Amino acid sequence: MKLKISHETVYRYDQPIRNLVQSLRLTPSVFEGQKTHDWQIDVSGGIKGPGFRDGAGDWIEGWTVRGPVDHVTVRISGRIDTRDMAGVLRGHREMINPLTYLRDSPVTQPDAALRELAGSVTETDPLALAHGLSLAIHERIAFRNGVTHNGTTAAEALALGEGVCQDHTHALTALARLRGIPARYVSGYLHSTIDGQAHDAAHAWAEIMVEGLGWVGFDAANKCCPDDRYVRLGSGIDANDAAPIRGVAMGTGAEDMDVMVRVEEIAQ
Amino acid sequence: MSYYNEMFEGDRVRDPYARLRDWVETMPDDFRQMKQAEAEALFRRIGITFAVYGEGGDPDRLIPFDMMPRVFEQAEWRKLERGIKQRARALNAFLRDVYGRGEIIRAGRIPARLVYQNEAYEKSVVGVVPPRGIYSHIIGIDLVRTAKDEFYVLEDNCRTPSGVSYMLENREIMMRMFPQLFRGNRIEPVDQYPDLLRRTLESVAPAKCNDRPTCVILTPGHYNSAYYEHSFLANLMGVELVEGQDLFVDGEFCYMRTTTGPKRVDVIYRRIDDPYLDPLCFRPDSMLGIPGLMDVYRSGGVSICSAPGAGVADDKAIYTFVPEMIRFYLGEEPILNNVQTWTLWKDDDYRYVMENLGDLVVKEVHGSGGYGMLVGPKSTKEEIEAFRAKIQANPSNYIAQPTLALSTCPTFVEEGIAPRHVDLRPYCLCGDRIELVPGGLTRVALREGSLVVNSSQGGGVKDTWVLSE
Repeated sequence: MKLKISHETVYRYDQPIRNLVQSLRLTPSVFEGQKTHDWQIDVSGGIKGPGFRDGAGDWIEGWTVRGPVDHVTVRISGRIDTRDMAGVLRGHREMINPLTYLRDSPVTQPDAALRELAGSVTETDPLALAHGLSLAIHERIAFRNGVTHNGTTAAEALALGEGVCQDHTHALTALARLRGIPARYVSGYLHSTIDGQAHDAAHAWAEIMVEGLGWVGFDAANKCCPDDRYVRLGSGIDANDAAPIRGVAMGTGAEDMDVMVRVEEIAQ
Repeated sequence: MSYYNEMFEGDRVRDPYARLRDWVETMPDDFRQMKQAEAEALFRRIGITFAVYGEGGDPDRLIPFDMMPRVFEQAEWRKLERGIKQRARALNAFLRDVYGRGEIIRAGRIPARLVYQNEAYEKSVVGVVPPRGIYSHIIGIDLVRTAKDEFYVLEDNCRTPSGVSYMLENREIMMRMFPQLFRGNRIEPVDQYPDLLRRTLESVAPAKCNDRPTCVILTPGHYNSAYYEHSFLANLMGVELVEGQDLFVDGEFCYMRTTTGPKRVDVIYRRIDDPYLDPLCFRPDSMLGIPGLMDVYRSGGVSICSAPGAGVADDKAIYTFVPEMIRFYLGEEPILNNVQTWTLWKDDDYRYVMENLGDLVVKEVHGSGGYGMLVGPKSTKEEIEAFRAKIQANPSNYIAQPTLALSTCPTFVEEGIAPRHVDLRPYCLCGDRIELVPGGLTRVALREGSLVVNSSQGGGVKDTWVLSE
């Protein structure tokens, strides 16, 4: 698919802030399934700092805003050609040993219920096992907005039986790690859901290390593997580690955030 | 168990201590007590009151200073020095490797799990090669002696080893109190350490630095037990002592706030732990760090000493593989011995340790400071059984070693002078060269018969002499 993406995040502060520093993971990954054109990142009133590709293959860009300012807009726009790779991350250059992704973070710590669920999947073929784990999460956690929050753990989401893509992804990575399989959190964009309805275009899914194939994406929320409707930005141990935007500012007031993401198909 | 006495061989005084014998034996009791009080007053006045090696405990407690020096001959020291430098080279080669291609793991010499699943392995710096390929710039290597020519490495400290201020102060105080001792003996100086440290830091400035590098020491603040050492070193090196809030990131670089405006910082000698360095990369709740620092570091805008992630080289599980690293990277045989170590996650080792608990020393893999350890021969049956239960609950958290016959050194005690067990921590500096000042910090277990030299367990410190040729 040929996709056009615009993503705007506006931070509003009720007291002016100074010295905002951001670390942005907002540039599409380079692999056989994606080819990016005219990608632009802009932070209002900001100075572009270091840009580099990290060991996970993600392009990281630092920005600073000296301020004082009462709002900051992070604006991303660009075009991308995507191909359906059936979830396989082929041709992605990275240096981190997959075993590193066996470690859990506080939000993916397993509990008894997660252990039991992980043990209930009986497939032995590595690919079938990964599909089985993803399906198990899909069946046990229904998609529902507003019932979980940023800090909800995998165990909490499973107990609740509801959540959003972040919760599905945390739970699936926890499950795979319990089976001794490296797994990670991926953040990106999604053109639409499988039923064709409009969807919150900022998205997250898991990648599981499958013997013989390498990293393969699994979207437990949508019961599928990423195809050409998915745009991959970067990965991490959990949502915080893989966050597209991380920032800290000097200031005392409260912060308010508006996000607008649009992923459109461009006519051929 | 018999112990190697570093001063006496039967009645004979060993060569390095020959000139100290008269000094000790002719010293009147009241004079000794007066001098001991004077030493304590000097330490108090200087304000050097912190627990060595981050051992916790009362930060304002004075560590007892013993006036009887510990002495090495030139030849003894040369061998130690070669062994320490060899180890430092191997540890840095290991770090360069595991944050790169991981050849030693591919070659099957070290289990992948121990490295990649290690808490201290930092995936955010994979592929980042710091200037000169040095990750650990100040390595504290803890040594014990068991015979004339037998030294063992107890552990390596690759992150931010502390205690060097004691090494410098012990010498300073000895020279002030007993100047005549230093006239009669040819003792190698140690006071060049701050200059060497500064040179080392400057030598690893980033390529983007095109002036004389600006170095700073980053401290967590005055509540930290080693704050004294941080300010002491900053002072002697002539560099700024800063806290996280004094530094900020702007564009591609890191700056320090000064009265005359922002000044670019090239090298940060940090005395705070990895998780607190940068809330954008590590713990989001850290108030001690500098937001954005890791992005500047990873893009080559600033050097951090020791490099984030260096801790993977120094835990007690990796320790057992250091001789293997020396062979693999340097193609040399280790000059210094490792202590035989049983790792309790291996079945055979587990069985052996459980059967011989009363003879062994058992430590936590990530423990330090002499806490959470069992010294079998010095423990009661109840203590041993209680420890056995802890091991059974989580075997992979422990390693065991034979109880070493630590050498003794004469030490001033209530009744005069008596042998007490000692260890040694030299500080190895790695930059454009690898160097160390002669000696290091000697810790002494002041309690009779005790083998635990940690200050939290009743340990003291001594001035350490290396005699010149």
